[in-house]
Amino acid sequence: MEQPLEALALPTAQPSRPLRRLPTMPLAWLGVVPFFVFALMFLLLPTLFLIAGAFQDPDGHFTLQNLRDLLAPNIISAYWISIEISAASALGGAFFGALLAAAVVLNGLPGWLRPTLMTFSGVASNFAGLPLAFAFLATLGRMGLVTVLLSSLLGFNLYRTGFNILSFWGLTITYLYFQIPLMVLILTPALDGLKKEWREASQTLGATPWQYWRMIAFPVLWPSLLGTTLLLFANSFGAVATAYGLTGSTLNIVTILLYAQIRGDVLHNQNLGYALALGMIVITGLSNVAYIVLRTRSERWLK
Amino acid sequence: MKRARLGPWIAVILGAIYFLVPLIATFEFSLRVRRNQYSFDAYANVLGDPHFQASFLYSTLIAFATIVVGVMLVVPTAYWVQLRLPKLRPVIEFITLLPLVVPAIVIVFGYLRIYNSSSWLPLTGSPASTNVLLVFGYVTLALPYLYRSVDTGLRTIDVRTLTEAAESLGARWPRILFTIIFPNVRVAIIGGAFLTFAIVIGEFTFAALLDRPAFGPYLQLVGANRAYEPAALSIIAFAITWACMGLIQIFGRDRRTGVAARP
Repeated sequence: MEQPLEALALPTAQPSRPLRRLPTMPLAWLGVVPFFVFALMFLLLPTLFLIAGAFQDPDGHFTLQNLRDLLAPNIISAYWISIEISAASALGGAFFGALLAAAVVLNGLPGWLRPTLMTFSGVASNFAGLPLAFAFLATLGRMGLVTVLLSSLLGFNLYRTGFNILSFWGLTITYLYFQIPLMVLILTPALDGLKKEWREASQTLGATPWQYWRMIAFPVLWPSLLGTTLLLFANSFGAVATAYGLTGSTLNIVTILLYAQIRGDVLHNQNLGYALALGMIVITGLSNVAYIVLRTRSERWLK
Repeated sequence: MKRARLGPWIAVILGAIYFLVPLIATFEFSLRVRRNQYSFDAYANVLGDPHFQASFLYSTLIAFATIVVGVMLVVPTAYWVQLRLPKLRPVIEFITLLPLVVPAIVIVFGYLRIYNSSSWLPLTGSPASTNVLLVFGYVTLALPYLYRSVDTGLRTIDVRTLTEAAESLGARWPRILFTIIFPNVRVAIIGGAFLTFAIVIGEFTFAALLDRPAFGPYLQLVGANRAYEPAALSIIAFAITWACMGLIQIFGRDRRTGVAARP
């Protein structure tokens, strides 16, 4: 940082010389060409190719048959299980994340807890994929520490209850490990945005804490809460590695199905594979668009 | 706040249990290789495995390439948009957010169809060009974080004045970019770089589907074939993530003193 400042401090011999004009406006767009070429080649075209392919038959003619074929029972159930797991882990992550964030931000807990939680959240929200799957296999798998301790200390056989780490609940509990921290990271600034004056003003006017939360804090926070929940949903909907590491290909969720389709055309129809991808884009797209809209709404209050 | 402190404490303690127990359990599991006796054999096995070393080195190199390409793409673009094309900002922001909308597995699916060996640009045709494709793919994945980080960094400095001052002293574009803009957003670049490293180092989907010998597919292979080594790898991966986040914080602290030192 010192270098440019030193350069600026150099005495200049021609202070009154008019600034050399920057390239004129018509050529200014040249500066963003590399970015747009990159985005086109490695983001937009690959996606558009799949979307176009979803509406074509193997000979390249327009058809809606692929979308109709998505209604096959095994594909519908894959989407449905994915949506269920994503919704459960998003709602759970949002709920517990909000509780944790509120506990640390709003209630006079020791000061060191907050930076600790924030740092840990930064780490845990990035601790996903295969290592996370291994960690939960070592915890709640058949030989995992918690499973073994429960049965040796309490005589409680977790797997007798129908629980399985390779199932809906197992996957949801695992996903929460990165969903809760993500909620904490995104919601904390929003909670900081609740101004002290609002609470004081409401108290002066005789409001109870419950009324303050219901009529002031919650209406300000709900776009953040709902928006972040949607982001969490999209986040787990597109997850591949954690699920693959936990369940191999035993659980029929849509990312695993698409993975198998890319590897070996298990649907026996390339274009149906594109339609499968299109369905995923539509679902994550809807939840992200809603997130961005709600985000802009909530930022109005938190400036 | 005078309300009961019990509730928040319960929330924090339950949270601590949920987040710490898997780490403890994983660590304990990784020590179980020998019967009736804890040992670090799993770590020795993993670290001594030539495949571990090769795949980790490969992913590290790919991560560095991703950071270099990403920074060279993002910084000039963000700078130029801020200086000359502010109207394009919403468009660029929208594009940089797209990788959060389109799942990684869908993006790589598109790559495999567009850049396969019989296409107009057969990037998956040879290992070297597939490496290039992998790096570009990772740049795409890192785009939302890298762009945000750099854009925020650029907003805290007066890009226009710096540029005009440099121009009045006769500096040309490369010099302005490399000796003025880059050093001024150094902290943002470093933060984005460590985050990119954390994302790339264990990434599985791209590497597996492009069939590259990266760390992610290696993790999967070990996970499918060994009992205790995966737990050791999990602990190692957690330590790496922790190191990346810790370094971001350390350099982030650097930023405040840097800003304060500016006249």
